[in-house]
Amino acid sequence: MHLFLDNFFNIPSLITVQALLWQGVKFTLLLSAAALPLSLLCGLALALLYSFSGRILRRILLVLIDLMRAFPVLMMLILIYYSLPFLGITLGSFAAVVAAIVLNNTGYFSEIFRAGLDSIPKGQMEAAQSLGFHRAKAMIYLILPQVLRKVVAPLASNSLELVKTTSIAGLVAIPELLRSAQIAQEQTYNPTPLTAVAVIFFVLLWPFSHWVSRLEQRELSGRSRT
Amino acid sequence: MQQIFENYFNLQVLKAAFPDVLAGFWVTVRAAVLIIAMGVSGGLGLALLRCLRNRLLDAAIRFYVEIFRTLPQLVVLIFIYFGLPYAGIRFSAFLSTVIALSAVLAAFSAEIFWAAIAAVPVGQWEAASALGFRRPQALFLFILPQAIRLALPLVTNRTIAITKGTAFGIAVSLQETLGSAQSVMSIKANSSPLTLAAGFYLLFFIPLVMFSRYLERHFSH
Repeated sequence: MHLFLDNFFNIPSLITVQALLWQGVKFTLLLSAAALPLSLLCGLALALLYSFSGRILRRILLVLIDLMRAFPVLMMLILIYYSLPFLGITLGSFAAVVAAIVLNNTGYFSEIFRAGLDSIPKGQMEAAQSLGFHRAKAMIYLILPQVLRKVVAPLASNSLELVKTTSIAGLVAIPELLRSAQIAQEQTYNPTPLTAVAVIFFVLLWPFSHWVSRLEQRELSGRSRT
Repeated sequence: MQQIFENYFNLQVLKAAFPDVLAGFWVTVRAAVLIIAMGVSGGLGLALLRCLRNRLLDAAIRFYVEIFRTLPQLVVLIFIYFGLPYAGIRFSAFLSTVIALSAVLAAFSAEIFWAAIAAVPVGQWEAASALGFRRPQALFLFILPQAIRLALPLVTNRTIAITKGTAFGIAVSLQETLGSAQSVMSIKANSSPLTLAAGFYLLFFIPLVMFSRYLERHFSH
């Protein structure tokens, strides 16, 4: 037991690597702050494009969305960071990670928004237009608010997944939390930094993940009653 | 245009990379099947254990679910592969990946299955007991089938998202689809192996994505 504590909860070694871990928190937050709004916007844009387009374009958009959802985010990262340079397109590691996460999550978010938009009866748009609303106005003031209410749960859950995904940045040497912990572990010959990073992630994300699960439970019990 | 073709669809490189990437794909498929089987059945098992309403067991399961639902998959994987050896527990890269992702999937699906069981109206339990069925019987005959139906779309989505995490195996140098493609890619200085990997991923995940879309259409209203 003592050996276990010494290994996994070693306070002195935690103090020596403290700065590294703070830097990790900073990068994790920065990456999330860059990627989350962008993904939400792109997802919404794609879903709106879908709802305003004809049959053929819809098909194409669906294929695009499915493609973005089918590829692992790491594959996107390797494609962007290691393969595009062969074509003369070089992105910095931060930009590459953000681009990979945005590409991947645009697929998820647009699917969420699309399903939400689909669930609003067509009559609403027609009613709004017959009352003299322009289509865009009707969308912004009447349809979207209802959609947002309906998709809060999957939206929140996917946003949480996005923040968790930022841990892939370590693979292209951005010192976010996980990477910092690994560096620290190599410096201290001790797994305490890894424990610390798990604890930090848990403390940072748990309130959010708890809220998400409450939302999902409410949605499930709503479904079973209908 | 020609540069793109040369770089992503170079027949020679594709041919040379094929055996390696195929071997990698085989690793991905084996890992994915194990993760789906262990994760989903583990989650269902945990949800059923919660039906026993044992306080201690409940608390333990909830603790487990909260932790593995919250931590990034990559953090769990790195901890198992690089952290646990300090405690004398050593798993291969393949096993570490399978264990990490199964643990995460089990947490998510336990949560979903349990919420679904709880979401079945109480009247159903009462009706079953009025008909003379005991609780376990009622659970397995009436409640569980409805709960599984309710949970299926959510569980499928999670399963897809988490099985895609097999690509994280690259972080512990597991030679799965992506990892083996990347090795060949850096040797040949050409991206065609990545195209091959993309093709294999589509082969595996597009049917799953389409299945989830089908489920959503059929169960969501």
